[in-house]
Amino acid sequence: MAEAHSVDNPRLLHHFRNADQQFSSSKLGMWLFLFTEIMFFGGLFVAYIIYRAWNPELFTMAATQLDTMLGAVNTVVLIGSSLTIALAIRAAQTDKQKMIVNYLLLTIFLASVFLVIKYFEYTHKFDMGIFPGAYYTFDGIDHPKANVFFSIYYMMTGLHGLHVIIGIGLMIWLVIRAKIGDYSSQWYTPVEMCGLYWHIVDIIWIFLFPLMYLIE
Amino acid sequence: MSASSTTNGKTLKVRYFDIEENPTEHYLNAETGLKSWLFTVDHKRIGLMYLASIALFFFVGGVLALVLRTELFTPAENLMTAETYNRIFTIHGAVMVFLFIIPSIPAALGNFLLPMMLGAKDVAFPRLNLASFWIYSIGALFTLASLAVNPIDTGWTFYTPYSVQTGSAVILMTLGVFIMGFSSILTGMNFIVTIHKMRAPGMTWGRMPLFLWAMYATSIIQVLATPVLAITLALLIMERTLGIGIFDPALGGDPVLYQHFFWFYSHPAVYIMIVPAFGVISELIATFSRKTIFGYWAIAMSSLAIAFIGSLVWGHHMFVSGQSELSTVVFSFLTFFVGIPTGIKIFNWLATMHKGSIDMKTPMLYACIFLFLFTIGGVTGIMLGAISVNVQLHDTYYVVAHFHYVMMGGTVMAFLGGLHYWWPKMTGKMYNEFWGKISAVIIFIGFNLTFLPQFIMGSQGMPRRYYSYIEQFQTMHQLSTIGSYILGVGFVIIAVYLAHSMFRGQKAPSNPWGARTLDWMTSSPPAHHNFNYQPVLNNGAYDFHKPIADFTLGIAEDDHGHEHKGEPVKQQEQNA
Repeated sequence: MAEAHSVDNPRLLHHFRNADQQFSSSKLGMWLFLFTEIMFFGGLFVAYIIYRAWNPELFTMAATQLDTMLGAVNTVVLIGSSLTIALAIRAAQTDKQKMIVNYLLLTIFLASVFLVIKYFEYTHKFDMGIFPGAYYTFDGIDHPKANVFFSIYYMMTGLHGLHVIIGIGLMIWLVIRAKIGDYSSQWYTPVEMCGLYWHIVDIIWIFLFPLMYLIE
Repeated sequence: MSASSTTNGKTLKVRYFDIEENPTEHYLNAETGLKSWLFTVDHKRIGLMYLASIALFFFVGGVLALVLRTELFTPAENLMTAETYNRIFTIHGAVMVFLFIIPSIPAALGNFLLPMMLGAKDVAFPRLNLASFWIYSIGALFTLASLAVNPIDTGWTFYTPYSVQTGSAVILMTLGVFIMGFSSILTGMNFIVTIHKMRAPGMTWGRMPLFLWAMYATSIIQVLATPVLAITLALLIMERTLGIGIFDPALGGDPVLYQHFFWFYSHPAVYIMIVPAFGVISELIATFSRKTIFGYWAIAMSSLAIAFIGSLVWGHHMFVSGQSELSTVVFSFLTFFVGIPTGIKIFNWLATMHKGSIDMKTPMLYACIFLFLFTIGGVTGIMLGAISVNVQLHDTYYVVAHFHYVMMGGTVMAFLGGLHYWWPKMTGKMYNEFWGKISAVIIFIGFNLTFLPQFIMGSQGMPRRYYSYIEQFQTMHQLSTIGSYILGVGFVIIAVYLAHSMFRGQKAPSNPWGARTLDWMTSSPPAHHNFNYQPVLNNGAYDFHKPIADFTLGIAEDDHGHEHKGEPVKQQEQNA
């Protein structure tokens, strides 16, 4: 049976009955993984909610130190990158091999722009002495727990940034394989899965941006 | 000659297949060499590698337990200082929880059985499955490294603020647990997808063996709760390295928040430990009572109910930690509530046994031991859920006895029952029934002698984790220590006869217990890809009133109209 199938579709692994079963399995697995990502960040969101409920005034004071303009630009950049990776999937579905690579490269570029902006935000804060927790030395915010706000800020944005870096790594791998012509309308599972991952990274930022930058 | 079976509106040509007895080629000898094990994607081999790993860590954790009990034989210093004692009970707890009991039934038995019970060739993501094992191993190495550097002394719960202040190797230890969490998550994801997508034709949800329902519920908890442990431990590590202060009162943080985060995972985690055991018990009791399981859907759904309610009871660990009175009352109520689906299971098992033709083989003996011990553990858990009783008994040996009755009396007994039950399938050899029963009885006696006195001294006020004690508790402690030695002897006997059976044991038939689930409808040990045919189901998993030959239905030809090759056709005429 396995032999008969492998003639039809070299991508079909031996333990699946057909390509549909294989694809829908991958997709369900990926959605479950995205669910674990939400639970993972969920812990931090809960910490955020609790500290904000206890110290509402701290959050409005501390948020003034965040550059809303840079945050907004980054939001637009990430949403744009979600579009470009969706277009990469579309290109795979329509067998436009060259466009898969181009759209992926564009997504990588936008992700890098996001990281560069984040780098300038971080270093600017470090210069002012805004470090997490025990190393916090900034005296511009008149609140005893200002350090805790920035601990939460650095944990959430840092973990998100780590996800962006991982996403870039995955997309570089996709580019290499797309260049060999691995993906086509017959089989593009990795492109689709990476797209799903990238969307969750985007969505998490869409929650982080108003929660951190847009408090008044 | 051949029949047809309709699934999903498609008509399949099916016929009955013969199961080869004692095959010369099977998954154990399909490939050879160390590499063929370490880099295998075969779920059966991965299951066996987990089995070997957890056996090793059970041995380590068990020896540590005996060392602790020896120290407690008298109130004076027998073997070690108080500081060493703190480290050893921490390691005993962490090894038993994270390295042994969480992967025990799901990763070892679950990996081996889940695809076979579904009639699949493998789990949905075999390479991810191997990755899970490797991640588990790497996590275990970190934990062991922490023992070499500076064994931790925080207790297995790593409570802040002490875990931030202590000089022991908390980071290495928690990093190990963090990494192993990913192994647990990936296994859970893999199992959920496999159950959803890889079921054989005719394997409807209502025909799934109850072990699979239990694994499904367990996997949901693994996927839901483990990421929260990951972020909690990540925050703890950051607390120690960067001093982020979220859990540190000195920096404006809150240590009770850590407890909430920790138990949000670790309470559901006790259901990761016990729900698979429920699944094993359902199989054992149905098979050895020779009766259709009583209340199939009640048992299946109660697994999901336990997973759901069990995720909402974590606050009962914090009745004296300063959480609000309202949440204490709510958590107490929900804790009682989780007893309902658990009770449903117990009564359904008893009803299954009622008027069944019970065959008291070693696995069934363990199932009965389970019913006895787990019920004690469960009922004392309900007592601990009552707020006033909890305040009295909090952090006493009563709690220690309670969770050992649930975890060891429950999960470990079910695991032993399952291990004996599936041993012939895994190894192709029968274990020694006489010594099996003897050691089960020794373990039962040793277990009760170890932990019943702990209930008594706990109710009299003996605090847990204490290195020394007042004179009035000495008799109880000594009984408990003697009990633990008896328990140890029981396990040594098991290790000896199981090892012996691997080399000298009788060859096992393909279905020694007359079970009706698909894992028995293949040779012992199974073929490299589980079955020599694609199974098709027409019957439920517990239809003991139908002949076994009815359960070996398979697809007669593949999608391309080619006849299946290589199987004998003898039985066809009989069953046609």
